[in-house]
Amino acid sequence: MLGVLASMLDGVLVGAVYGLGAIGLTLIWGVMDVINLTHGALIAMGMFGVYLLFSGLGLNPYLALVPVAAAGFLIGLAIYWSAVHRVIGRPPLMSLLSTFAVNMVLIGLGTSGFSTSPYNVDISLPGISLGAYTFTGNHLVAALAAVAIAGGLSLFLQRTRLGKAIRAVSSNRKAAELMGIPAARVLAQAFGIGIAIATAAGGLIATLFPFTVLSGGGYELKSFVVTVLGGLGNPAGALAGGILLGLIEGGVTPFIQVSWIPVIEFALFVGILLAFPNGLFARRGH
Amino acid sequence: MEMIRQPFFWIMTAVIALFALLPPLTHDVGLRESLFLAAVYIILAGNLNLLIGYTGYVNFGNIVFFGLGGYLGLWLVTVFRLPLVVAALLAGLAVAAMTAALWCRILRLRGAYFALASIGIAEATKAFVSNFEPWGGATGLYLPMGAFKAMGGPREALWTVYFLMVAVMAATLYLSYAVKKSKFGLGLFAIREDEEAAGVLGVRTPYYKTLACTLSGVLPAVAGTLFFFKNGVIQPEQAFDLTLSTEAIVMLMLGGQGTVTGAALGAFLYEQFRGYLLISPTFSSFQLVIAGALLLVTVLFMPGGLMGWVYQRWPRLRRILE
Repeated sequence: MLGVLASMLDGVLVGAVYGLGAIGLTLIWGVMDVINLTHGALIAMGMFGVYLLFSGLGLNPYLALVPVAAAGFLIGLAIYWSAVHRVIGRPPLMSLLSTFAVNMVLIGLGTSGFSTSPYNVDISLPGISLGAYTFTGNHLVAALAAVAIAGGLSLFLQRTRLGKAIRAVSSNRKAAELMGIPAARVLAQAFGIGIAIATAAGGLIATLFPFTVLSGGGYELKSFVVTVLGGLGNPAGALAGGILLGLIEGGVTPFIQVSWIPVIEFALFVGILLAFPNGLFARRGH
Repeated sequence: MEMIRQPFFWIMTAVIALFALLPPLTHDVGLRESLFLAAVYIILAGNLNLLIGYTGYVNFGNIVFFGLGGYLGLWLVTVFRLPLVVAALLAGLAVAAMTAALWCRILRLRGAYFALASIGIAEATKAFVSNFEPWGGATGLYLPMGAFKAMGGPREALWTVYFLMVAVMAATLYLSYAVKKSKFGLGLFAIREDEEAAGVLGVRTPYYKTLACTLSGVLPAVAGTLFFFKNGVIQPEQAFDLTLSTEAIVMLMLGGQGTVTGAALGAFLYEQFRGYLLISPTFSSFQLVIAGALLLVTVLFMPGGLMGWVYQRWPRLRRILE
């Protein structure tokens, strides 16, 4: 029983990082109605960014998150202006395909640079022991960092001028433009922020598990599940959804083989989509 | 039988005849392999066209039909010793039944949500099959050694499988064309343009969508059996390869969605282009990069694909090349 509890607690810690990853996806989705299929590739880019700064320059992986997220922001701007700007407001197929095209380019470049062999960021922080169970320091710090970044983003969206502009464009682009908000530039910055958060989440995941160029894909799928669980365009909801997913993973791990977990996750994902075809997303008018 | 009087019917028939006759006449095994893969791509893209191009529903999980068909067919061949053709047809029917029963629920979702659910289904199916012991779990199913012997040895078997694949490709082309020209096809196009309006005007939208989805699954399932029979082994990673699934969408977009010619041409060109990239040493590691860049340019600047451009340039061709 204690084992299950410990497994669930660990699931919560990892789930907070899943939630952070999903925030990048759900922010972009909620603000500009674009499902960003480059998400996974950019999570992987964050992983390799932290890996390179850590093993190349000896930078502390948690400090390395700052330059990695900054680079993510710039890459996000570049992707927005080159691939997303022209397809906003067009049928969903167009934005799905244009972001998927960028994803193919990024994955292709990554594979030719790093092949698909596994890498890891070799760091281990002292953990906390509870009886026979130990929570590693990496998991604790990553969860705290994830919650801090999510909280920071929430404050940013509520309090700052740019944050308010993003919310305004998200709820009614035309009205926002009439009020003098440069909508395209705000969307580009929102896209950049979403990507910055995705790369930061990737960097945190790199301190937890080994990874390859293709690992991002798995976390992208988890981000979809989290978005469906937690609702759209809402950082707190995404964090809660991530923690819920982690809790489910941690809760079932002691009872079944690990390879069955994806079956449960995706069945849950499709099930929730079907049970609430409009419900969870109703307020966006689909 | 109105179809037979149209020039496009004879154009399709000529292309199919070229596929069927060129390799045996030239005894060129390399050409056969290249056309085999082209036929597989044409089958995937052509059937996907029924759902994406005609109905406007983006199915990222279309590879599930191909993979499940392959698994069912190989399982029937190895366990029940059924002849290949019977196994392939049964696999097609079984996948159609599963599609009709399950996918019609997903089709209630619209736009991007349908696309996401289709990714979820593909991943769930792959994860399930990887754990499903009767189908060998993660190691997959292997064809028994003697399987080719019943067809007169491996050499003859490969030729037979090639001709069967060309037959499935022919069925795909004729089916796409017949659907496009029918009242059913017209209903699908109406759903693509505006589902609510189509419903109000009396198109039975849920029924039409389910039928389109089911139809789009049958022939890829048959092709899956043939493909993995030739392969000799089927594993979850290959059978439910999400990359191939999205590559099929790329082919469709390149050629021009919603047109029979576009789907086939896009698939054929993509296969040729891929073959060239794999051979060329400079590009072999950049295959994905180039395919991605090509897709991006198509989506941004040529959303109608190759056929969209052709129609704009020579409007009269619209009546001949459907």
